[in-house]
Amino acid sequence: MKAVTRNVLAEFDYTVPTIERGYTNQTLYVNVGNGEIKAKPVTEEMKLKFTGGKGFDLWLLWHAVKDTTRWHDPENEIVISTGPCGGITQYPGSGKSLVTTISPTTDIVTDCNTGGHFGPYLKFAGWDAIELQGIAERDVVVVVDAIRGKVTIEEMPEAPKDTHLLGAWLTEVLAEKPEDRYYIATVTSGQAAEHSLLGVLNFSLFDRKRNDLRYKQAARGGPGTVFRHKRILALVVRSRPFDGKTNNPADLARLARVGADMQREVAKWDPVQNRMRNRGTPYLVGIMSDYDLLPVHNHKFGGHPKAHAINGAYWESRFTQDLPDGCWYGCTVACAHAVDGFELKTGPYKGQKVIVDGPEYETAAGVGTNCGIFDGDAILEINFYCDTYGIDTISYGATVAFLMECYEAGILDKEKTEGLELRFGNAEASLELLHRIAAGTPFGKIAGMGVHKLKAYLIEHYGADAQFVHDIGMENKGMEYSMYIAKESLAQQGGYALTNKGPQHDEAWLIFMDQVNNQIPTFEDKAEALHYFPLFRTWFGLCGFCKLPWNDVVDPKNALSDEPHKIPHHVQNYVDIFSAVTGREITKEDIIHMSERVYNFQRVFNIRLGKGLREHDMPPYRALGPVTEEEYLSRQERYDKQLREWLGLDPSTMTLQEKMAAHRKYRYERYEMLMDAVYERRGWTRNGVPTLEKLQELGIDYPEVVEVVKKHL
Amino acid sequence: MITVNKRDQIPWEEGMTVARLLERMNYTYPHLIVAINGAVVPHDAYAEWPVQDGDDVRVIHMIAGG
Repeated sequence: MKAVTRNVLAEFDYTVPTIERGYTNQTLYVNVGNGEIKAKPVTEEMKLKFTGGKGFDLWLLWHAVKDTTRWHDPENEIVISTGPCGGITQYPGSGKSLVTTISPTTDIVTDCNTGGHFGPYLKFAGWDAIELQGIAERDVVVVVDAIRGKVTIEEMPEAPKDTHLLGAWLTEVLAEKPEDRYYIATVTSGQAAEHSLLGVLNFSLFDRKRNDLRYKQAARGGPGTVFRHKRILALVVRSRPFDGKTNNPADLARLARVGADMQREVAKWDPVQNRMRNRGTPYLVGIMSDYDLLPVHNHKFGGHPKAHAINGAYWESRFTQDLPDGCWYGCTVACAHAVDGFELKTGPYKGQKVIVDGPEYETAAGVGTNCGIFDGDAILEINFYCDTYGIDTISYGATVAFLMECYEAGILDKEKTEGLELRFGNAEASLELLHRIAAGTPFGKIAGMGVHKLKAYLIEHYGADAQFVHDIGMENKGMEYSMYIAKESLAQQGGYALTNKGPQHDEAWLIFMDQVNNQIPTFEDKAEALHYFPLFRTWFGLCGFCKLPWNDVVDPKNALSDEPHKIPHHVQNYVDIFSAVTGREITKEDIIHMSERVYNFQRVFNIRLGKGLREHDMPPYRALGPVTEEEYLSRQERYDKQLREWLGLDPSTMTLQEKMAAHRKYRYERYEMLMDAVYERRGWTRNGVPTLEKLQELGIDYPEVVEVVKKHL
Repeated sequence: MITVNKRDQIPWEEGMTVARLLERMNYTYPHLIVAINGAVVPHDAYAEWPVQDGDDVRVIHMIAGG
């Protein structure tokens, strides 16, 4: 244990309970403003209606805030929970943490699903969830120590601020002996989160092979910004050693059987399918470019010849191989790769050799191709600094790409950007901007607001054309788009904008089903997909699961099933696991029903906070079609053909402007029709409001929920 | 002419195989289900499996994002 100054400001003693069928049956409340720390019981109603994970988060947050609460108010909380299946070791991808807060960029609830060891360790330390409320007067560290049976709020004045230093420092401080380090998990952000709304939370895992810490990110919607605004420097859990029985499942044999089958399936098929164990998610960069789905130059284009310079083979050559790169114990999919010994070329840590976690596909596309950057080293450096400074790589990439397009359009110039030449492809400028956000320079703070607030700023201060910036600003509800081109997939346009938290692909990713496979050609088909898949994927976040083992490696026997796109035998695995862990026997249909409660509850939560209606589900036009002449002309053959086949028009008799206007009108009309179909399928009004009948059917017609909805019926 | 995914019309070629058709479509994603006239083609047989003129081919990409 490293000797440092630790001033304990508040403490709470407790006895670590035995986990019963995936639940500790209590949650932890910590107010860093007034020092209150207490345990709260988990009721049977909570378990039955909200399951755990994001469900518990939302339930606790709902009762903590007011209708008027915004991200910086003391009553806003950061709530973290795994779920009843979080922490099992038998099945791949079962150690997720779900993070929920009111977002600084969207002003509604955001939720993130992240790896790392924190969620399972929190449960092993005796808590199904933790609520962090209040604003501290000085920087504090919250420590949940299962060994000492103590929760403390402490000052640690010697602690560094950036994640790659802070996580390692805290682990050394709290570990009594070297082997303890594996059982410590940290949640941290970084100095950029103090100056930007795009703050990320880094969840650590101690990598015994590397003898160092690594980090996975809860990234979307700015939870790191809320964390640092609360003056929380770190949240740490110190757990006990665990094994496959620690989650105390109801039927260990059934759990082991399902897990063993899946582990064999991964071992057999991953090497000939997506090869996640070697390449992780960035193998998609080249493939997405092949299908015209890779964002290039702020989502103008769907591909680029240079994309294959940073494709799967490239990243495989950069990632350190033959290490167990799972982000939770027992995950054989092991997609969480890293580049070891990367020497930084810029910034305050220039010359240091560091571990770069990733890049994931979204990062490579976000800070890379979408900004016209196809240089692997630059992508790695931006990735590292985003993580350690505490910035979301997706939102950062989308924001820089937006600024680059504004710069090239003449809205910005060097005078306005502190001398940065923010043109597509300028990796040095992107890195320098990142350092300035961390330092809090005036333009750094402006850029750090993210696309939604930047649009208003550019219109107000620089006279930017409002329609142009709204058309090209890739955000919805205040959240930046993740990295897929949706122009030719109506279903994915809805998959992005008909979401609860904003356009993140973790609700519904339907591009291939729709655009390539043509499996959902009608509005009814698309609406059904936009009902089923968001609910199915919500369930992972209720239980503590990762999505990847569901469909990134699949026994080919699946091809012969009735609904191969749903991977029925994997769905059955999840039915078996949940039943085996909790002792509550469920069916495939129950999965959807469990999620539907939470999904609708979150929709009502958004309405309560002032969004969540039809007007908030409208995407920027670039998500639907070509905004600029350059975009249209780059795919003119396709767009002209569509005018002929879809609209019966003769493009040879039309001006370019007329052709673009016809596309815009048609594409918006189709999107409006999709909204109608989806809302109807979800049991919502035409304004996107869950009906009383739907709330009653789901058993969430609590008086305060009905009160919110009634105002809009 | 070959119909791919109930939509795209692709000219048939003499000696066409599943692998050649996938190349023509630029379908580079590795995890596919291919069915010809309703019958699934084994993944390891794409290089030799013939595609006949007039075939109805389904190519399902087993991918659903991160």
